[in-house]
Formats: sequence, structure tokens, C-alpha cells
Amino acid sequence: MLDKPAANTQPVGTGAQSAPVLPVDIRVTGLSKTFGDVQIFKDISFGLSRGEAVAIVGANGTGKSTLLRCLMGLIPADGGTVDVLGTEVTSANAQALRAMRGQIGLVSQKHNLVPRLSVLSNVVQGLLGKHSGIRHWSQALAPAASRDAAMEALQRVGLAHLADRRADRLSGGQSQRVAIARALVGKPKILIADEPTASLDPSAGEDVMDLFFGLAKDEGVTVVFISHNITHALQYGDRILGLSGGKMPLDSRADKLSETDLRGLYD
Amino acid sequence: MTDLNTHVPSRIERPSAIAFLGYAAAVVIILWSFAGAGFSVEKVVTSPPRFADFIERAFPPNLEARTLERLGWKMVETLQIALAGAVLGVILSVPVALLAARNLVAGKWINQTVRTTLGFIRAVPDIAWALIFVVAVGLGPFAGMLAIMIDTVGFCGRFFADDMEGVDKGPAEALTATGARKLDVVACATVPAAMPAFVSTSLFALEKAVRSSTILGLVGAGGIGIELKVGFDLFDYPSAMTVILMIAVVVIGIEQLSGWARTKIIGEQR
Ligand SMILES: Nc1ncnc2c1ncn2[C@@H]1O[C@H](COP(=O)(O)OP(=O)(O)O)[C@@H](O)[C@H]1O
Ligand SMILES: [Mg+2]
Repeated sequence: MLDKPAANTQPVGTGAQSAPVLPVDIRVTGLSKTFGDVQIFKDISFGLSRGEAVAIVGANGTGKSTLLRCLMGLIPADGGTVDVLGTEVTSANAQALRAMRGQIGLVSQKHNLVPRLSVLSNVVQGLLGKHSGIRHWSQALAPAASRDAAMEALQRVGLAHLADRRADRLSGGQSQRVAIARALVGKPKILIADEPTASLDPSAGEDVMDLFFGLAKDEGVTVVFISHNITHALQYGDRILGLSGGKMPLDSRADKLSETDLRGLYD
Repeated sequence: MTDLNTHVPSRIERPSAIAFLGYAAAVVIILWSFAGAGFSVEKVVTSPPRFADFIERAFPPNLEARTLERLGWKMVETLQIALAGAVLGVILSVPVALLAARNLVAGKWINQTVRTTLGFIRAVPDIAWALIFVVAVGLGPFAGMLAIMIDTVGFCGRFFADDMEGVDKGPAEALTATGARKLDVVACATVPAAMPAFVSTSLFALEKAVRSSTILGLVGAGGIGIELKVGFDLFDYPSAMTVILMIAVVVIGIEQLSGWARTKIIGEQR
């Protein structure tokens, strides 16, 4: 059910004709979403190949986070289809959705760590998609292998020494790095970050972006990151998708774009 | 200076005819209630001497060592009823609240059914629950404990549910996005976030339980209340006064203790 080779081997449409044929991790076709009477976006299509780093840009409130939630099946779409790692998200049952989400690591703007729990417990909980049940509710109950995996993930973000600190006692940059460790611990095929630096000061933001993309390149994972920071998008993205007025008027390789091209999206 | 076309609001808004009828009806209902409550100026005028007479006969309160010891043990039993009932009630309230909280684990229909049932439990006074349990399990403290327990479920079940509905949804969404099941998400994100509110609500429930447990004895459900009834029935006002003072001291003490525990446990670590 998870493997649909037909959908997995087609090359990506726009902007990738010259690239070698890579498996397609995400394919969105004719996606539309409304909240009540408000049309957020309409008839959006794009595809992402394995290993690509894609920046989705657009002004505040254009529906970037909403698009991401539709990709992960966290909210239902109104029309169109979403295929992620061979799972047809818009029609999948709860079990298939969980299996798909278990292969994705998500880092969000507000970090969304569970306050009052330790850093290590938060990272162990990143394995809940693979191992449901009480043993992954807290580091105290977790099997040795899971604790080790969580400690290793913390080491990679440079925070192993804070493993037993309470999550709400961290600085902004530290807590975002814990969120990255939680996203990485399950060895995801796709990493998604929704404005990962928006709540950080500029220098902590640079650190987090460098760390995030360094790890992503090491793992060879597909990266989707949402940003309204044009400079970040051009610097870290291989490809840029622009959302504006409920459409996706921009889909281009980053090296063919300048900051002026992107500014147009914000008018 | 002022544009003549501008409407300046009058200082006092004239009530509409319907509002005026509403006010008049309210006044009539309030007066009618005084009549129903047997309000009598004559009794107000004649009662201070009688009240003074009671005070005179009740003071000094009975402070004999044997009485104090007997009442002290009765008070200990009262607190045991309150603590046991409140703890059981709080524990039972957690699963009940999970079913009552909207958009958590149960569907709308279950939420509404559970919330309506909890509303019914709260609507029945604690003393009525005690009467029911006295019939069901016989006279004694066990009936009182069950009454406190169900009263606590009615209170905590509702407020735990509200607490869980009110927590930040971010962590829950983050865990859902890892592929976690609903139950895992609730246990890992929702419950820990609601924990300070749970502690605070539980301490209120304990205060309420102590207050209730002191009067359950009036209907034979254990605790010190029976001593109050006996004191008045036998015109032993000094002993009754001792009971009243003991209850006041214990209830105030519990409120202080629970306020202190609340700041200690959750005050500084919101
Ligand atoms: N659950 C929701 N219900 C109703 N409207 C929503 C909801 N989530 C987002 N919106 C609205 O959808 C629009 C897009 O939001 P969002 O996707 O968060 O934008 P972005 O991430 O691009 O800043 C906003 O106008 C927002 O108010
Ligand atoms: Mg957003």
C-alpha cells in the first residue's frame, strides 16, 4: 500500500527537466483549500524529487502553513490530490496517514516542544510514529535503543549536555535545535520546516538554518522549508516555489532567481 | 461649535418599553421571593435577644479533655472521608474528562452525553448524594466517602475537560505530525500541558470535599456532622459550639494549606 512505484519514479514537472530521473517524494495535483467562504489557494500543482531542497515563499497569510498541513493530512483539502512517499494523502485511512507521517520530520515556527517534560523525553516522543504506546511517552520508560537514538540525535544538534533540562527552560535557539533533533530521531525521508527561524534572533536563526541544512545534506533527505525570508530562501533552497493570491505563480531553480524576482510576490 | 446634525447621546438612556416591563417584573419577583422566604420584620426585631440567649448558653464552648478527644477523632474521620473521596474522585475524573473534552479522543455525541451527565451530578446537592448512598450502602463513613467521590467527579470531570480544551495545540500538532496515535498525543502533549490546571482544580476539589464532609454526618453518612446534630437535639449548646469552631478552624486551615500548596507546586513554574 505504501509503495506505488508508478507514482514514485516519474520525474518532476517544472524546473527539473534537466535533472536525472529521481524518485518523486511529493506530488501535488490541483490542490484547493477553503476555510468557510475564504479561498486560501486554488488548483496548485507541483512535485518534489528525492534530495531536493525546496523553499516555499510568500507573504504572511498566503496559506503556506495551510499547504503544509494539507501535505501531511493534518487538515482535509477541498479538492485535488496529494501523494507523499507513495501514500495518497487525501484518501488514506488513519493508519496509512500515520505510516506516512512517520517518515517525515516536522520543525515548526513555534518549536512546539512539550513544556514541563525533559529535552530527552521530547526527542524520544519523536519516535511515537514508529512505536506507539506508553514506552515512548517518556524517556524514563523508553527502551534502551530509543534512548540511544534520542541521545544521538541530541548530539548531532550539539545539545546532549542539556538532555535532562526541562524543555521550557531553554533559549529560543536551543529549543529550536531540540525540535530539529525530535524531527531527525525517526530517520525521516523528508524534513519539513515551517518558518524555523521566525521566532529567533538573526544570529541564532543563521545557526539553526546552517545546522538544519547541514544535517539534511548529510542524510540526503528531501527538504521543504517555508520562509518569508527571501535571502534564506535563495541561499538554502535549490528550488523556489512562490505562493501569492491563492496561486503558485513561481516555480523556478534558485540560481536563476534574484531577490528582486521574489520581491514581486509580496506586492 | 457642534455640528447641528451630529447626534449627541443623552446622559441617561431612556429604557425601551420592553426593558421597562423587564425591570418591573424583576422587582415583583424579588418582593414575591421575600414573601416566600417568610421574611418578617417582627422576627428580625425579636431575634437579637434570642440569638444573644443562644450565645450566652453556648459560651464558653465545651473544652473538656474527653469531649475534645472524642470530637478530635470524629474530625480525623471527617478528613479521612474528604481525602479518600476526593482522591478517588480526582482519579476517576481523568478518564471521564477525556471523554468530555471536545476535539480530543471522543466524538461530539459522547462529549455532549458525558457533559450533560456531569451537569446532572453537579445539580444534585452533596447531601442528597449522601442520603442516596446511605440507602445503598448503609449508615456510616463509606456512604459519605462515595458521596464526596461522585461530587468530585461532577466538579473535576467538567473542569479537567475545560482545562484540556484550553491548552496550546502546538505540541499536540507536532506529535500528530510524527505519526503518533491520538491516545499517545493526548498522553504526551495535552495532559502534561494541562497538569498545572489539574493540580489547581484538584486542590479546590479537596477544599470543597472538606467543607461537604463536615455536614454529611447530619444524614448519617459519617464524620463530625452527627455531633452537631446531637448537640442541638440535646440542647448541649457548648458542645455544638465546640463542633462549629472546630469545623471553622479546620476548613480555614485546609484553605490556607491548599493555597500554599498551589503556589508551591505550580506558582513559579507556569
Ligand atoms: N484553521 C483555520 N480556520 C480558519 N482560517 C484559517 C485557519 N488556519 C489558517 N487560516 C487562515 O488561512 C490563511 C492562511 O494562513 P496560513 O496558512 O497560516 O498562512 P501563512 O503560513 O502563509 O502565513 C490566513 O488568513 C489564516 O487566518
Ligand atoms: Mg505560517
